[in-house]
Amino acid sequence: MKKIFASTEALVDRPTHYCPGCTHGVIHRIVAESIEELGLRERTVGIAPVGCAVLAYEYFNCDMFEASHGRAPAVATGAKRSRPDLILFTYQGDGDLASIGMGEIIHAANRGEKITVIFVNNAVYGMTGGQMAPTTMPGQYTTTSPYGRDVKDVGYPVRMAEIVATLTTPGFVARVSLHNPKETIRAKEIIKRAFAYQAAGTCFTFVECLSTCPTNWGLSPREAEKWLEEKMVPYYPLGVKKRPEDFQEEQHGAS
Amino acid sequence: MPKIEVNTERCKGCERCNDACPQQIIGMSDQLNNKGYKYAVVFDRPRCIGCRICAIICPDVAIEVYVEGTQYELFQY
Repeated sequence: MKKIFASTEALVDRPTHYCPGCTHGVIHRIVAESIEELGLRERTVGIAPVGCAVLAYEYFNCDMFEASHGRAPAVATGAKRSRPDLILFTYQGDGDLASIGMGEIIHAANRGEKITVIFVNNAVYGMTGGQMAPTTMPGQYTTTSPYGRDVKDVGYPVRMAEIVATLTTPGFVARVSLHNPKETIRAKEIIKRAFAYQAAGTCFTFVECLSTCPTNWGLSPREAEKWLEEKMVPYYPLGVKKRPEDFQEEQHGAS
Repeated sequence: MPKIEVNTERCKGCERCNDACPQQIIGMSDQLNNKGYKYAVVFDRPRCIGCRICAIICPDVAIEVYVEGTQYELFQY
């Protein structure tokens, strides 16, 4: 009997605290597999956020650091600038990155820090009990928008991958989803590619992962996958938004 | 013959593998594990094709896939 699929060494053998059906576990495993397959585990440092993934340092079998709310890209910048041989990744949710950490991520991307940002977008603040996030869909019911998100009052959801992709500094920006096996396999390819770019010292890399939150959406895991596919994927189009190969210095006045 | 092994104590009963299985041979148990969740079980073992999709989509890394001899890989992962 040959084992063709098992947990990787970069993931601690410990049950996670996530709710049933939450795709955080899949993203953890994909990140760990990418690090392991590229042979980077011994020199990888992860930055855990505040949010549902606050205990991510319990699950990754590499050096981990806990940053204050939204400041993971700033912490990663410091670590990467003092030790350029390290591989840095931050693992942030949408309350962490798109709300309080908006300034940090934009400036880290604009400086072109050679780090990998894994942004988990599940359209709601998970850990604190399902409040409205900047990425909450129009009309979505949350504990702080009990009549649905009113776009006249609080505006439309923030498309982080597009915002980061508008910056001139070269970078790799992509959006993936985890609602079915096909997109999960594609997510693995993209995340592995992001780590490969960083290992080669190419550019800033940013991967947005559309994720489900069955508990705070008030749906079963099966309904949540369908809701993500029907409501979120049309608003947040999937795919690679920006590639470092497309950058041409002459266009932007560099001498 | 390919087979999967479910770690019943890690399974949280989210039923994602039930929908993902292309052979539709995974269902939920009648019993509960120590955490109080129903866990995934394979009803029709000989029909497993070792495609790994259940393991790829499992959020809790509860599924391991084994094969005997050479296995035709349906996709790269």
